[in-house]
Amino acid sequence: MSETLLRIEGLTKAYPGVVANDGVGFQIRPGEVHALLGENGAGKSTLVKMIYGLVKPDAGTMQFQGAPYTPPEPRAARAAGVAMVFQHFSLFEALSVAENVALGMENPPSMRTLSARIRDISSAYGLPLDPTRTVGDLSAGERQRVEIIRCLLQDPKLLIMDEPTSVLTPQEVEILFGTLRKLAAEGTAILYISHKLEEIRALCDGATILRGGKVVASCTPREKSARELAELMVGGEFAATDRAGRKTGAKIFEVTHLNLAPMSAFGPALKDLSFKLAAGEVLGIGGVAGNGQEELIATLSGERPSAAGTVSLHGQDISDLGPNDRRRLGLLAAPEERLGHAAVPNLSLTENAILTGTVRRPLTRNGFLNMGAAKRFAEEIIAGFDVRTPGPQVAARALSGGNLQKFVIGREVLQAPEVLVVNQPTWGVDAAAAAAIRQSLLDLAAKGAAVIVISQDLDELMEISDRFCALNEGRLSAPRPTEGLSMEEIGLMLGGAHGMQEAAV
Amino acid sequence: MITLVKRPTPSQFWAYATPVLAVLATMVAGGILFAALGKDPIAAIKVIFYDPLFGPNAAYFRGQLLVKAGPLILIAAGLAVGFRAGIWNIGAEGQYIMGALAGASVALAAYPAESHWLFPAMVVAGALGGWLWGMIPALLKTAFGTSEILVSLMLVYVAQNFLAYAAFGPLKNPEGYGFPGSRNLQQYPSAHNPELIAGTGMHWGVVAALMAVIATYILMQRHIAGYRIRVAGEAPRAARFAGVVPAKLVMFCLGLSGAFAGLAGLFEVAGPNGQITDSFNAGYGFTAIIVAFLGRLNAIGILLAGLLMALTYIGGDMAQLMLGLPTAAIQVFQGMLLFFLLGFDLLTQYRLRLGRARA
Repeated sequence: MSETLLRIEGLTKAYPGVVANDGVGFQIRPGEVHALLGENGAGKSTLVKMIYGLVKPDAGTMQFQGAPYTPPEPRAARAAGVAMVFQHFSLFEALSVAENVALGMENPPSMRTLSARIRDISSAYGLPLDPTRTVGDLSAGERQRVEIIRCLLQDPKLLIMDEPTSVLTPQEVEILFGTLRKLAAEGTAILYISHKLEEIRALCDGATILRGGKVVASCTPREKSARELAELMVGGEFAATDRAGRKTGAKIFEVTHLNLAPMSAFGPALKDLSFKLAAGEVLGIGGVAGNGQEELIATLSGERPSAAGTVSLHGQDISDLGPNDRRRLGLLAAPEERLGHAAVPNLSLTENAILTGTVRRPLTRNGFLNMGAAKRFAEEIIAGFDVRTPGPQVAARALSGGNLQKFVIGREVLQAPEVLVVNQPTWGVDAAAAAAIRQSLLDLAAKGAAVIVISQDLDELMEISDRFCALNEGRLSAPRPTEGLSMEEIGLMLGGAHGMQEAAV
Repeated sequence: MITLVKRPTPSQFWAYATPVLAVLATMVAGGILFAALGKDPIAAIKVIFYDPLFGPNAAYFRGQLLVKAGPLILIAAGLAVGFRAGIWNIGAEGQYIMGALAGASVALAAYPAESHWLFPAMVVAGALGGWLWGMIPALLKTAFGTSEILVSLMLVYVAQNFLAYAAFGPLKNPEGYGFPGSRNLQQYPSAHNPELIAGTGMHWGVVAALMAVIATYILMQRHIAGYRIRVAGEAPRAARFAGVVPAKLVMFCLGLSGAFAGLAGLFEVAGPNGQITDSFNAGYGFTAIIVAFLGRLNAIGILLAGLLMALTYIGGDMAQLMLGLPTAAIQVFQGMLLFFLLGFDLLTQYRLRLGRARA
C-alpha cells in the first residue's frame, strides 16, 4: 500500500491559443484535505476535469492508489473512487431529493431503501436533509448537500469540491467543514478548490497554487498568512482598497414597502422591502443568489416597475419609470449576468457602450447614432478601467468574464450616476480585477454617489459597505453599520443555517 | 474528422463570402440534380442564370427581373427588420393580399372618376390594409402571448378567403360578363401603376422597394431604434435593460412589415397584375422570407438577393419551357439556395478544423 492516493506528474492540456495546464504535478495522501488555489483562469477547472475524466490530458501521467489512472469518462473515474461536487448543481427542481439522487445512479435501489440510506448518511455526516423534499424549495446550501450525499453514496476515496462555499452562509460553511473533516478523518482524501484564503487556511492540510496553468508553489496553508497566499496566487503585490475620504450626505434614495410577485415558477417574491440611502453611502446587500437579488435589481433599474410610491429618488416617485427615464434622473444599474443582460455578446464593445450610455452621454443626435462618440466612450471605459482587449471593435463575448465585468461597471461609473445598483460585481472575476472594481465603487461613493452592492461575497461587502443588510427569501433585514458586525451576526441575518431544524440527529 | 471551433468574433470575410459560395454550391448541386434528370447541367444552369440577362430574349426578361424583384425586395426589407428583433412575421402573403384589396377597393370605389389624388390614396390604403393585417398578430401577441408565427401564418388563409370573396362578390367587374375578378386597373389611368421607363420593368413599386432598402438600412445601421431592434433579437434581457418595451417593439415590427407587404400588394394589383382575382397572390410573401435570409437580413443584401431570386424564377420558368424541366426540380433548386446559404452561414461564427476531435 503506497502512502500516496493520487499522484499527478507533468499533466499538460492545451486549448487553441492557451495552455490551460503546463506540466502540473502534485500528490494527495489518503485522508488529506488538499487545496487547489488559483485565480480564475489559472487552470484549476481543467486540472480537476482531467482527474474526473471529463477532459483528456495531452501529456503527463496520473496514478491512483499506485496504479496508472487514465479515466476516459466520469463513469470510470467514479468506478475508481473519485467523486466530484460541481460549483453549478445539476438537479431537477421539480423532483424530490431522493428522486434526484436516484437519477444519478446506475442501479438505483427502491425509493424507500434509498431514502433510508440518504437519512443515514445525512445524520452520520451532520448534513441535515429530508429526502422527500422538493429540490425547488431548497436553499443553495441544501442543494449542495444533495450533491454531496449523491457523492458519498458511492463511498469515494477522493472527493473533489469545486468552490463549494460560494453559495453558503457562514453557518452552512461550518456545517460543511465539519462534514469534510469527518470524511478526512475516515481516510477520504478531499481536493478542495477555492480562492477563499481564510477557508483554506482553516481547513486544508496542503495546498498547490496554480498560476497561468503552472504550479507556482506548494505549501502548508496554516503556515502562511492569507496575504502571502494571495500574493502567491496573483504573483505580485496586492493593493488593498482605500475607503478613506468619504462623507455621507442627505438621504437621496428610498425604497418603501416594496412588494413584487415572483418572476419565475420557483423564483422568490419580494416582500415588504424598505431602506433609505444617503449620498456617499455604500449599502451592502448580502445573501445567497436566488433569494430575490435578480428581482430587486430589476425593480431598481426599472426593468420591472413596481407599485406607486415604492421607489423614490430625490423625493420624486420613480416607481413606474422605465430604465431610460431612471438613467436620466441619475439611477444606473449593472445586472449580474454579463452576457445577454448587462452586455450583448455578439455586439462590439462600441455598440455595447451604446446599450445604456445614450441617455447621459451625447451618443445620439436626433435619434441617429454617433458611432464616433460611442467609440470614444468605449475607449474611455477601456482605458479607465484597464479592460484587456485589442480594441472597441471586439465582440463582447470575446472578452474574459473579468474584463467584460470591468467594462460593464466602467460604463455605468463613467456616466457619473447619483445612485448605482450593482449585482454580484466581482462574480467570477480574478482578484486583481475584483479589487479594481471595488475601488472604483468606493471612489464613486467618495464623489457623492449612493451605491448599492448586492453580493454573495461577504468579505467583499464587509470591505466596502458602510451598512449591511441581508436579502433572504425575498425579505430584507434592517440595515446595520458594518463596523463591529461579527460573522456570526451576519450569518444570523442571512437566515442562519438552512434546514437545521430538520436535522433530527 | 472535422470539428467546429467557435470564432471569438464573427468573421467579416465569411459574412460576404458565404452568399457567393452558396450560389456556387447551388449551381454544382443543381447541376448534378439536372444531370440526374437527364438534362445537360451546363445548359440548364446557363438557361437559368445567363439567358435571362444576356440571352437572345434578354430585352424582355430584363424588364421582368425588376417586376418580380420589386415586391420581393419591398416585402423582405420589412420582414428583415422584424426578423432581426426575433419577431417572426410569416404571414406577409396575407398582408400583401389585404394591401392589394384595400388599395383596389379605393380605386374601384372611385371608378370612373379621374384624379391625381387617387393613386396616392390607393398607396395609403394599401399600406394601411397590410398594416392592419399585421397588427392582428401583434395585438394578440402582446395581449395574450400568442405566437405571431402561427397567427400571422393562419391569417394568410383568412386573407385568401377574403380575396376569393372580393373577386367573386363586391369587387367583381359588373361589365365582366360574369367572369370572376375586378375591373382591370391598367385600363383606369388614375389608378394605374404604369411602367415608368419603357422596357425596364421599373414601376412605382420598384421605386418604393429601393426607398424601403435605403430607409431600413439607415434605420438598422444608423438609428437608435434599429440598434434596439438588433439588441432585442440578440439578447432580449439586455434590450429590456436598455429600455426597450417588448410590446411596442412587436407592434412596430409587425406593423412595419405588414405595411410594406401591403404596399407591395397594392403596387402589384395596380400595375403588373392589374386586377383582383381569386388567384391574385403568387407567393411573393413567402418567397420574401427566403429573400430576407438570403440577404442576411441586411438591406443591401436583400436588394441583391431579391434580384437573384427573381432571376432564378425567370430562369426557372425558361428552363421549364425550353428544357422541359419539371416545376418540382426548379423548386428544389431554389430550396437548395436557401439550404446552402444557411449551411455556409455557420462559417461566419465557426472555424472548421480538420483533424481528430479532442474531448
